[in-house]
Amino acid sequence: MIMFSCLFFAVINISYSAEENKLVATDAFTEMLPQLTSGSLSERSSVIEQLSNLDDLRVLPVFQSMLKGKLYFIKENLQPGFISRTDEGYQIISALNNKIMGVFEKNKLKKIRVNNKLRRELRSYIAHLRIKSPDDKVRKEAVKELLKNVDEETVKILIALNVKEKNESISELIAVGLSVWDLKSEDKVVQISAIKTLSKSLLPEVKNKLIEIIESSEDSDTKKAAKKSLKQIDSKISMFGFLENLVFGLSLGSVLLLIAVGLAITFGVMGVINMAHGELMMLGAYTTYVVQQMLPEHIGASIFISIPLAFVVAGLFGIAIERFVIRHLYGRPLETLLATFGISLILQQMVRSIFGPTNQAVETPLFMSGSLEINSVFAITYNRLYIFLFAITVLLLLMLILKKTKLGLQVRAVSQNRTMAKAMGVKSEWVDAMTFGLGSGIAGVAGVALSQLTNVGPNLGQGYIIDSFMVVVFGGVGNLLGTFVGAMSLGVFNKFLEPWSGAVLAKILVLIFIILFIQKRPRGLFPKKGRGVED
Amino acid sequence: MDYSRKKAAEWKINIMARQSFIVDFLQNDKGGQMFVGILLTAMLVVPVLNLFVPTDSFFHVPTYTVTLLGKYLAYAMLAIALDLVWGFCGILSLGHAAFFALGGYAMGMYLMRQIGDRGVYGNAELPDFMVFLNWTELPWYWQGFDMFWFAMLMVIVVPGLLALVFGWLAFRARVTGVYLSIITQALTYALLLAFFMNELGFGGNNGLTDFKDILGYDLQADTTRTTLFMLSALFLILTYLVTRFVITSKLGRVVVAIRDAEDRTRFIGYKVESFKLWIFVLSAVIAGVAGALFVPQVGIINPGEFSPLNSIELVVWVAIGGRATLYGAALGAVVVNYSKSYLTAAFPEIWLFALGGLFLVVTIFMPKGIIGVWNQFRAKLSQPKSSKDVYGKESES
Repeated sequence: MIMFSCLFFAVINISYSAEENKLVATDAFTEMLPQLTSGSLSERSSVIEQLSNLDDLRVLPVFQSMLKGKLYFIKENLQPGFISRTDEGYQIISALNNKIMGVFEKNKLKKIRVNNKLRRELRSYIAHLRIKSPDDKVRKEAVKELLKNVDEETVKILIALNVKEKNESISELIAVGLSVWDLKSEDKVVQISAIKTLSKSLLPEVKNKLIEIIESSEDSDTKKAAKKSLKQIDSKISMFGFLENLVFGLSLGSVLLLIAVGLAITFGVMGVINMAHGELMMLGAYTTYVVQQMLPEHIGASIFISIPLAFVVAGLFGIAIERFVIRHLYGRPLETLLATFGISLILQQMVRSIFGPTNQAVETPLFMSGSLEINSVFAITYNRLYIFLFAITVLLLLMLILKKTKLGLQVRAVSQNRTMAKAMGVKSEWVDAMTFGLGSGIAGVAGVALSQLTNVGPNLGQGYIIDSFMVVVFGGVGNLLGTFVGAMSLGVFNKFLEPWSGAVLAKILVLIFIILFIQKRPRGLFPKKGRGVED
Repeated sequence: MDYSRKKAAEWKINIMARQSFIVDFLQNDKGGQMFVGILLTAMLVVPVLNLFVPTDSFFHVPTYTVTLLGKYLAYAMLAIALDLVWGFCGILSLGHAAFFALGGYAMGMYLMRQIGDRGVYGNAELPDFMVFLNWTELPWYWQGFDMFWFAMLMVIVVPGLLALVFGWLAFRARVTGVYLSIITQALTYALLLAFFMNELGFGGNNGLTDFKDILGYDLQADTTRTTLFMLSALFLILTYLVTRFVITSKLGRVVVAIRDAEDRTRFIGYKVESFKLWIFVLSAVIAGVAGALFVPQVGIINPGEFSPLNSIELVVWVAIGGRATLYGAALGAVVVNYSKSYLTAAFPEIWLFALGGLFLVVTIFMPKGIIGVWNQFRAKLSQPKSSKDVYGKESES
């Protein structure tokens, strides 16, 4: 019954869209397309050829889906369309105007068949059509595709394209393609100048071609030029490899900075060992998750709501921890360590009981996905870039708070000399709570950033706690600048070790390095100086 | 020269004076007497109840329980090892489980070699996981582990050597307090990551397991299990006696002095680093032996034992039992682990809440642990209700 009504609807739909089609001016594409549904395979081939000569954007998707075997037509009215499976049956989307034509049973539809010969033709037409595409990205990809196998045919296309091309990076690619063609030239001068031009390209195909020439060429000049070009390319690639390591290192460093900077406040300024720091980050990450659950439509906005919210949530937890636990343990650092570790276990189990033990999926907003491609061997993903900027912003804000606000002044006073500060009328207990809340809040903000990088689960914090302590100890306790330098250098150090030793060993080596480093400089890179120093 | 010789002579006299009364030195140690007494009783009674009482009897102790108790005793040894450095020397090591695990791995390697060709792949020379990795010969560091004496030597040497090197570096640079705690944690974390790697040749993620027998005795047999239990109890008693001896010796006094006032001890003329190093290495060796007793009873050792969480849990055992009492640490280990076994089975959700709560309660309300509370309670009983102390003031507690 349902099926029937569905069909009924579909029929209405079809007649409706057919009606509409008549209203639209009948162009060549609309006229030609239905011809695909009938006739022999060789006739179909000529229709395809005619279609490919049309300057119509709708041709490309038709060819692509025909190649995949997803172009069907409805037996009743010979309307071609793209097929996709749904729960109720097979849905057809019109190839003419991208409108949904309805859901059909399989026996009402017929596939537009292609054989191997047609497929080959389709592929080449598709490539040509993509070259003509007005979308820069599609065109660029198509040119790259062409470069994989340069022959007379492609050179013609490239030359034709070169005349019209306005996008600079595509023009460069075309020039590379033409030079690759010139490599095969009989004329030595042309060949050598082509080799020289190619030294600017970083495409792997170019490198292979040059190696080929070095191996096969008999002419010593050509060989020499090719070797020189290859050397230039290699040095460029290794330079970009270095840059890539540096950027990845800084990116890792910015994550380390984010997770350590809150600790630099609680541990560095207050001298409190907060083993629950990682769990406060976890709370921040879960806050992001909850906000996303409440605003599933606005993933991008949810991040911006999460940041202050995570700060508040983690900050409140921090203040509660300070008021109820740490307050009783000042001056007993080892006991503080144990008590806060207990808190971390309780927070973990709390989250596990509420959200379940499995990891939760936090979506990445659109503006953070994708990557900034600088050339074919070097790209930076946007989320790394944003997190780097975010970490720096957080650090600067924190410095501003400590240096320019009244709270910051009081925090510094209490950390340097509690008794004296009290004598001057600073409410030291209130300052303690606020400082701890500030450090914890920043942990929560770090959690928002982490939710974009790793799985959000109850164990999120545990994995970072040792790293964050290492950074603070390495950089020097009580020094935000030290934390910054410490985080960045550890990140870069780690990433430069990785290709040589593997990820796990690199981490172990960094840990051993820190253990040895503390022997030499027990107070870190930038030790506290002056009257504040005490045991 | 003359001075040091004189000092050595003094030491000798001291030691000779003490040697004569192993039992005597427990005379002033009521808790120790009770501790050793309980252990001796358990050591004799539990095996009898397991082996000679019929299975359906009320008094029968199942082999499972015997093994569980043996496991607790190994943990108790580890707890005493930590108490030695934390309670008496003020070194809060957050990586002590690493020494335990290393001892355990040394034992595990011996047990692995004992499997011989009974493994899945039937290779007489190589353990299964090496065959699986397509290794053709035994790596050099596995050589010799087919001999029991060598493996036992390594149980002592490996943790001891690591403690020696690490301690030498750390104490010489005067890394103290929280910094020391954090780098010990880094140490065990680094070892955790390293042992997870397959290429290291210790079974990676899965660790060493599927043991068959020890010194020719079947590990699954009741008699082997009870023997292992008795050995654990014996070693625990020995550990207690040795550590007690050490801390009541002159060296022990200096160590306590270091805990209470490190700089002052240094200025008086003691080489603080050497004392710390000595006590740290001793503690690591005890932890290693505990690990070696632990592994054949639970039948597996894997990198999880290195996890920083284990080391921190260990600290809680000691804190709950009562620091600087030795037997208190052992008591804490048994109490916490028993409740862990019970809670994780009965209410798995609650275990972490309970453990976390324990951390808080102990650090804030009972800094001296169970033993401290007990002593306080006893002191209250033996005193008249409103007592006055020597200064004639009302005493507070």
